[in-house]
Amino acid sequence: MAPHTEQLTRPAVRLRGLTRSFEGRTVLDDIDLDLPAGQFTALLGHSGSGKSTLLRAVAGIDHGVAGSGTLTAPEKVSVVFQDSRLLPWRRVLPNVLLGLDGADAEERGRQALFEVGLGGRERAWPSELSGGEAQRAALARSLVREPELLLADEPFGALDALTRIKMHALLRELWERHRPSVLLVTHDVDEAVVLADRVLVLSRGRIEVDLMVDREGPHSHGEYRARLLQALGVTDTGAGAPGPPLRP
Amino acid sequence: MTAVTTTTAPAPPAAVEEEEHQVRRRRRLSPGRRLPASRLLGPALVLVLWAAASAAGRLDPGAIPAPWTVLETGVRLWTDGTLPDDILTSLRRAGSGFAIGLTAGVVLALASGLSRTGEALIDGSVQLNRAVPTLGLIPLFILWLGIGETFKIAIIAIVVYIPIYLNTHSALSGIDHRFVELAEVQGLSRLAFVRQVVVPGALPGFFVGLRLGVTGSWLGLVVLEQINATSGLGYMMFQAQNYGQTDVILVGLVVYGIFGLVSDTLVRLIERRVLSWRRTLSS
Repeated sequence: MAPHTEQLTRPAVRLRGLTRSFEGRTVLDDIDLDLPAGQFTALLGHSGSGKSTLLRAVAGIDHGVAGSGTLTAPEKVSVVFQDSRLLPWRRVLPNVLLGLDGADAEERGRQALFEVGLGGRERAWPSELSGGEAQRAALARSLVREPELLLADEPFGALDALTRIKMHALLRELWERHRPSVLLVTHDVDEAVVLADRVLVLSRGRIEVDLMVDREGPHSHGEYRARLLQALGVTDTGAGAPGPPLRP
Repeated sequence: MTAVTTTTAPAPPAAVEEEEHQVRRRRRLSPGRRLPASRLLGPALVLVLWAAASAAGRLDPGAIPAPWTVLETGVRLWTDGTLPDDILTSLRRAGSGFAIGLTAGVVLALASGLSRTGEALIDGSVQLNRAVPTLGLIPLFILWLGIGETFKIAIIAIVVYIPIYLNTHSALSGIDHRFVELAEVQGLSRLAFVRQVVVPGALPGFFVGLRLGVTGSWLGLVVLEQINATSGLGYMMFQAQNYGQTDVILVGLVVYGIFGLVSDTLVRLIERRVLSWRRTLSS
């Protein structure tokens, strides 16, 4: 595959021999992985493949899960979940500021809301937001903490197709501006190829495929897509075959 | 834009045209729009019937005195000072018992909802306490505390704390796990977590308990004052029963009713204000 242009110095996330199991069933099996600082990585896998388990391990919220291995991650980590997880009893701005203090917190919160296109909605209740708006607010909540690592667990899974496209553009734009390392867990191959610079496929507890996506390179979206679908064991008749992608 | 609209416009072929028929609205199965001030309509009708029957002499004034007789008796009792005294005594009892019960219920629920040790010590005991009907404790409490005010306040406090504890505790332990995870991810301290996530999340449950507690305090009051008291509204009604004064009993019932209505309305108003974020769901 095309080599990644940016040479990255120290890894933001480093996994060595990471193993996790639920009731004797091994979900993550001795995984070694480095995520370079500033890289946008997508983690693909079938449901139940352990991709969320890996993300939760990196986030440090896998209480009570048996496992071993070493794991280093940056100090400032933000997580975006599949649901926006806004506290229904707080307005949007206080939700964005959850766990944040300091004199300039409020100003930063407003700025983050403005960046995700929710400027002026500071005083709205979460129940007044649409699904896409709520997820934007969740993005603002994770951004405002200026994370070195952004973990996203199928953040667009519950959105409609049109909103999802807009959110893809927004996430990519935010990443380009702030440059955190991103680990995006998804089961959507297109989403992974559109957004990420590197795509991992998790299967049977191991990383089966580690693919660099070079948008400037000779390979088309369709080729990456076909390669990843094949790795996931999905036979896609027609659309995945080499040739012009459906939507160039 | 216009090109699009022409394609979406329905163009039924001629063959189907004769089967086409006007859409008729389905019969509505929901009750429809609410009448204005509908809740007051029923009580008002009862009052009118009562007054009419009394005026027509169809009611035995010894059993059910006319509405105006009740009103006159009320005014008389109020002006000679007995009614305000009795009301004050009753309110003081209910108020003290309620305040103690409320505090105990909330403190115990927090202690048991926020720590496993607290839960182990408290929850089982409260569940046991709840299994014994509180009014059944009256004889024991009279022996312990005498028949003074202390015993009455104690019983009311127990009647109040149980529903407040139960509902607050179940709301605390039912906090959405996803919010706990969020608080961890956002790096909230334990105190901030309790203040910003647990307490607001448990408030709806607390208010259910609070309303039951308020109702309970009046119920306890009535029972206590009618068996063991020398003052208060219940005592006034008990005396009236001995002398066959139905109008006085009805005055007492009206006052109890006002107590209940006012306190429930008050709790509702506070609830509306505190849980204003929920209003957006129903509106």
